[in-house]
Amino acid sequence: MGRPGRVEITDVEGESSWYGPSSKLRTMRRTEVGLVGLVVMVLGAVLSGVELGLGVAAGVVGGVLVLSLAAEGFVDRRFGAWGYLERDDDLLIRRGVLIKRLSVVPYGRMQFVDVTAGLVERLFGIATVRLHTAAAATDARLPGLSVSEAARLREQLTSLGEARAAGI
Amino acid sequence: MQQVFDPPMPPHLPRTWQRLSPLSPLVRLGPSLFGLFVVFSSAALPGHGSFSAWDLVAFVVIGLMGLVSWAVTRWCVDGDTLRVESGLIKRQSLQVPLSRAQAVDLVEPFLARVLGLAEVRVRTGGASRGDARLCYLRQDEATVVRAGLLAVAHGLHEAVPAPPEELLTAVPNGRLIAAGCLTGAIPVSLAAVIALAVLGTTERSILVAGGSGLFAVFVTMALTAWRRISTEWSFTVADAPDGIRIRSGLLSLAAETVPRGRIQAVRMLEPLWFRPFGWCRLELHLAGGVKGGDRQQPARMRRALLPVGSLAEAQLLLDRVLPDRQATLSRPPRRAVIRAPLSYHFLAAGVGNRCAVAISGRVRRETLWVPLAKGQSLRAAQGPVQRALGLASIHLDAAGRHTRATLRDRAAPEAVYLLERLPSWCAVARGSQRGPG
Repeated sequence: MGRPGRVEITDVEGESSWYGPSSKLRTMRRTEVGLVGLVVMVLGAVLSGVELGLGVAAGVVGGVLVLSLAAEGFVDRRFGAWGYLERDDDLLIRRGVLIKRLSVVPYGRMQFVDVTAGLVERLFGIATVRLHTAAAATDARLPGLSVSEAARLREQLTSLGEARAAGI
Repeated sequence: MQQVFDPPMPPHLPRTWQRLSPLSPLVRLGPSLFGLFVVFSSAALPGHGSFSAWDLVAFVVIGLMGLVSWAVTRWCVDGDTLRVESGLIKRQSLQVPLSRAQAVDLVEPFLARVLGLAEVRVRTGGASRGDARLCYLRQDEATVVRAGLLAVAHGLHEAVPAPPEELLTAVPNGRLIAAGCLTGAIPVSLAAVIALAVLGTTERSILVAGGSGLFAVFVTMALTAWRRISTEWSFTVADAPDGIRIRSGLLSLAAETVPRGRIQAVRMLEPLWFRPFGWCRLELHLAGGVKGGDRQQPARMRRALLPVGSLAEAQLLLDRVLPDRQATLSRPPRRAVIRAPLSYHFLAAGVGNRCAVAISGRVRRETLWVPLAKGQSLRAAQGPVQRALGLASIHLDAAGRHTRATLRDRAAPEAVYLLERLPSWCAVARGSQRGPG
């Protein structure tokens, strides 16, 4: 993604070795945006059609469609920005489109790892892995991993964390 | 443990169950009883004459509860474990292995001081919930118990006197008062007074409304200043083998030992109104708060190390607290002025062998040192403006809520270089720290 001559903070490691979340996350995000767009479109069309006439209603439908498509594009880019990389001593997590962020969490500093799956996430068969250190500012979070990958990562991180525990 | 060969000593630490001082319920309940008294007497004032029987019952019930809680609380030292049992219905038994104790402190709240009592607090690492508190003992007893617990905590015989400490700084009270009154609120409120005076000449109602508002502001300001001055009164810092010992207080005294290992970061503040005098303020960031699965309310995590002092005093203290904090500071590239027009003036940062340093702020210059060994995680962020300018910010997080060194608006290649190297530097610093202790 980085254009030549412009250094981005996510250029730390080679592009190839990064893993991304499951494509089910993209499906989930797209469905969410699509459903919201649909509801807004129907409501807007009905209300404006009753109050202002069919021409305006068609305009509203078109506007909402364009906005939804733009939002879908943004959601796709955000999905593409997520990535994680398991190195020998630490885990790298990158995210963000407008504000790019990169977190480095040494395995030895992890206090615990938790896996959560909300109602919608469960419907799509994905889960979120969170890493906690003694620093509250650590915001290492990996959404949209497939359930099996989340379980594997949790086991892996936990055992690595125990092997390299460093305390506070 | 070859106890047999020890010469017979007067027992300093009780091996059998002991009660706390019988006056302790008075200290604990004093404030609430007084509050109740004020409420009842103010309710009784207009016409009703005196207290009703129910008020008396409330007093008696509260007093009885205090007595019961005193009667069921007992403590003893069993080997090298301090045991405290309390509670009538919900029995609580706290066992603190003294070898795990990080510090043993004496705390004297105002009421306890008046009655000649003191609290002995055994601090364990991490969250404050694990602290064992003996509130309250007689003052002479408390000093003996504290010395004994401290000796046992260090694996010595309990009669070994507390190790000597070296006084590093004592802050003169006059300077403390001057610094307490010099706050940013003063120029603001002066401006408000002038504005009010100008406006008030034309419109009477503005004068009344604004005047009463200002009065409330002044009262809060005075209260804040009072609280700060009274807690930091007669502030002394001493260097003891088990940590930095900080003593202060006007009405209630607190003596606290901060183990060096608990220090996550040190912050130096130089507000605008301190600079003409060459003063600064030092604060310690300590670990604790976020621990285990549940997020607990963090205890006071920022402790003043020097409420107000000269730069030379600050250097002396810094040398004791963070001996290897050297790092070559460098300024962000010139183009960062577009991103940080105000704070660019002081903005600088650097990473040394053992420590990361970041300077920020314009009105209040802030220097933060985070030892690399304390780094918990590393984060980098690059917003759209930064990307256009080829800049990035790096945060080195230490344990705690807001403890982090932020290397703001560094050149992007430097940021990437730091991101690649800092994790291993932190690991090296951690490893070398663990060796000697």
